[in-house]
Amino acid sequence: MLLTQFLLLAAILFSIGVYGVIVRKNGVLVLMSVELMLNAVNINLIAFSTYHGLGGQVFALFVIAVAAAEVGVGLAIVLLIYRNRRSVDIDQLDELKG
Amino acid sequence: MNAQLISLFAAETFEVPANIAFSIIAIFMVIAAIRVVTTDNVVHAALWLMVVLGGVGLNFLLLQAEFLAMTQFLIYLGAIIVLFLFGVMLTRAPLGRSDDLDNKQRPIGIVVGLLVLGLVSYSVIKTFGSDKLDFSAYDGSQAVAGNNRTEALSDAIFSQYLIPFEVISVLLLAALIGAIVIARRD
Repeated sequence: MLLTQFLLLAAILFSIGVYGVIVRKNGVLVLMSVELMLNAVNINLIAFSTYHGLGGQVFALFVIAVAAAEVGVGLAIVLLIYRNRRSVDIDQLDELKG
Repeated sequence: MNAQLISLFAAETFEVPANIAFSIIAIFMVIAAIRVVTTDNVVHAALWLMVVLGGVGLNFLLLQAEFLAMTQFLIYLGAIIVLFLFGVMLTRAPLGRSDDLDNKQRPIGIVVGLLVLGLVSYSVIKTFGSDKLDFSAYDGSQAVAGNNRTEALSDAIFSQYLIPFEVISVLLLAALIGAIVIARRD
């Protein structure tokens, strides 16, 4: 197996995640796209840890923990937006627009 | 570029079964990831995301990171997907098909996604070319032979990376308390 094949798979997943973050307007779906990007990064970390020792695996664990925290807080925020506005359309949250 | 790609797929030291498994998993993962960002059903998006996350776990297995693979299956497939489905349920997202999930930025999204993909893959191919994976770094510093990578990982977490580990624990605690405070009805 080559290193490049894992890195390319991660690049494809990451750019699909970027597309999802830009295009989706449902808050929950945006969080799912962010999960895609975080998992792509994890593949990269593990692939490089085969060269540089176990540090990559340790930090992949940390990324998983931070992703869990991010999903928890993110879903709480989406829930609060829904409770205040009866919709999770994040394109309508444009109070900061001049 | 083309010759480079061909040589990438025709190297003679391929471990054939691992590569066949990788190709099948990768195809499924890419299709599932595209469905996550294009499907018009929120619940289906969560289920397709499950396929992608499972494929990531299988990739960890191919890379011989067994503990990470099990963590991936338990945390992502077990917990985070359920969390997403709770989010879908609590925000009363449309459970059937809905044509109101995308905004009008699809051309921008496609252009930006392709730019990111092109840039990253160009630099990856240019930098790492046809480097082969060797798993020597896992066992290099370990005197004990055999299948003890989980042991080595736990040693690394609780000795060299102890302080980041504790910081992550406090971060997780703070984030969960914050989530409760934000979502609490008062």
